[in-house]
Amino acid sequence: MNIVVLVKQVPDTATERKLRPEDNTLDRAASDGVINELDEYAIEEALLLKEKHGGEVTVLSMGPDQATDSIRKALSMGADKAVHLNDDALHGSDALQTAYALSKALGTLEFDVVVLGSESTDARTGVVGAALAEYLGLPQLTLAGKVDIEGRSIRIQRQTDYGHDVVEAELPAVVSVVEKINEPRYPSFKLIMQAKKKPVQKLTAAEAGIDVAKVGLNSAATEVVDAAAAPPRATGTVIKDEGDGGLKAAEFLAAKKFI
Amino acid sequence: MAVERRLPTPEAAELLELARELAEKELRPRAAEGERSAAFPRDVFRTIGRAGLLGLPYPERYGGGGQPYEVYLQVVEELAGEWLTVGLGLSVHTLACFPVAEFGTEEQRAELLPGMLGGESLGAYCLSEAHSGSDAAALSTRAEAVAPGAGPDAAGGYRVRGAKSWITHGGVADFYTLFARTGEPGSGAGGISCFHVPASAAGLAADPPEHKMGLNASPTAVVRFDDVAVPAGARIGAEGRGFTVALAALDSGRLGIAAGAVGVAQAALDLAVEHARQRRQFGRPIGEFQGVSFLLADMATQVAAARELYLAAARLRDAGRPFGTRAAMAKLFATDTAMRVTTDAVQVLGGSGYTADLPAERLMREAKVLQIVEGTNQIQRLVIGRDLLRQG
Repeated sequence: MNIVVLVKQVPDTATERKLRPEDNTLDRAASDGVINELDEYAIEEALLLKEKHGGEVTVLSMGPDQATDSIRKALSMGADKAVHLNDDALHGSDALQTAYALSKALGTLEFDVVVLGSESTDARTGVVGAALAEYLGLPQLTLAGKVDIEGRSIRIQRQTDYGHDVVEAELPAVVSVVEKINEPRYPSFKLIMQAKKKPVQKLTAAEAGIDVAKVGLNSAATEVVDAAAAPPRATGTVIKDEGDGGLKAAEFLAAKKFI
Repeated sequence: MAVERRLPTPEAAELLELARELAEKELRPRAAEGERSAAFPRDVFRTIGRAGLLGLPYPERYGGGGQPYEVYLQVVEELAGEWLTVGLGLSVHTLACFPVAEFGTEEQRAELLPGMLGGESLGAYCLSEAHSGSDAAALSTRAEAVAPGAGPDAAGGYRVRGAKSWITHGGVADFYTLFARTGEPGSGAGGISCFHVPASAAGLAADPPEHKMGLNASPTAVVRFDDVAVPAGARIGAEGRGFTVALAALDSGRLGIAAGAVGVAQAALDLAVEHARQRRQFGRPIGEFQGVSFLLADMATQVAAARELYLAAARLRDAGRPFGTRAAMAKLFATDTAMRVTTDAVQVLGGSGYTADLPAERLMREAKVLQIVEGTNQIQRLVIGRDLLRQG
């Protein structure tokens, strides 16, 4: 089975993240790039599928040069090879354009299933999986908390607020995963060493057959017109205990309808 | 605070990054509760083993990581700073692998090392006895040769009787690297041999772990050998050469203790610095008082010096040069530094430093054991002093 796992490099959520003032796109120089957290679950699921059904795991990442670090991380977890879609023309692409570009890049690969995280920690649109399936004309199995493949049939548990739906489709298909699905493994030192020797194919927009008029900031369907920092959290209520501290705390909780 | 490290290769930098990640995500959240409950974290050793950390300084052809001591020791330092039970455990395991790796026959290495270094297996090092600590050559556990045909294998082999004390991983290890007397009682250093004994050997059993001042999640126990049959093929090195093996292993093991001590000291320093920045008294952070900042400056200087000293010894070792005296200096200085710095960190933190809510008091209790293990610091001074006078 050929499995493609999509990997995105995002700014480290532990550091301060900024937008570039000139075009409201991400300031990648301002913070360290790390692999999108949910993508680690996608990689783990891809590796588990490979361990169960055999085949190969290919990493596909769209991003600038520094995305190489996240590709290496995916390879050091155990993926077999990688394709890096990297082109200045792609800068500023929104979620729909990204899905389009990824669909073209996937057109250069043979695959039975595409696995991706259900959203990224930076833009958090959560639509790339669905849009990608539309562009590819393939079934979309989103928000998967469990994946089972039998023959050419794939069945997932789609996590919902009320529990889960069981959704089934024929391969090939696109699967987006939530963090409930597994526990991502750590890279091992041996795999880190081997990762250096694994092939990473560079792909330009033209090589992928991407119409550059349809991607990038200028033709994006959505535009970030403004951004504001979240207001600092208000300081809490301080109760001074003058013998009635317990009562006051209870009154506070009752007023908030906690008790 | 991340320590700035000069590493010899890009792969070493990635290894340290992996070690840092494991330390923060797997060790840090569990250390305090693990020590309180005194439960050995076997699963954490499996996790770091699968990540490839349990065989770092041994050759890749036997399943090791092929890393120089300079790199391996910095991994020990990173893990020890978050949880000494794991950092010291890594050092002890690596020590237990040393005799087979350095003194084993090609056949023994090929047979034993892949399992020992592969990550699923954990070792213990059995040298000390109740009446033989610093005076290791006085050990009395007997390995009696059995006549060919009567013993555990065709070549005869040995029957081992005795008890080993203060054994880290006693009762939880998968294999025991044992030093026992093959010569007559009183035969001294020349009558000792080294053996590789699997935990499954009949007659091998550990007592309940000691109740210690710190390092409680790491079991320290008496391991008893009650007529344990050991095949001749499990003897590492020539008969009677075991003490040489033990001392060579300890030279390297001391570096592991030095690195662990630096990790503990660095963790205490980081806590103290953070507290000195946050804690305000008399209208300003206490770090602005010279009495505190000078203390921090001395702590930081000693930690940095201790790190450079163990790295200098490691680089000598990696270059194939004699390093035993330098290793003794590194062990002595780094562990004395850890004791002083952790004590000072508790002082900087004041009352909160003395509570179990913060790791400062735990680090202070952990530091103490490092001045004792792998040769007390009095023995280190003996080693250094002897070497000085020999050179004259």
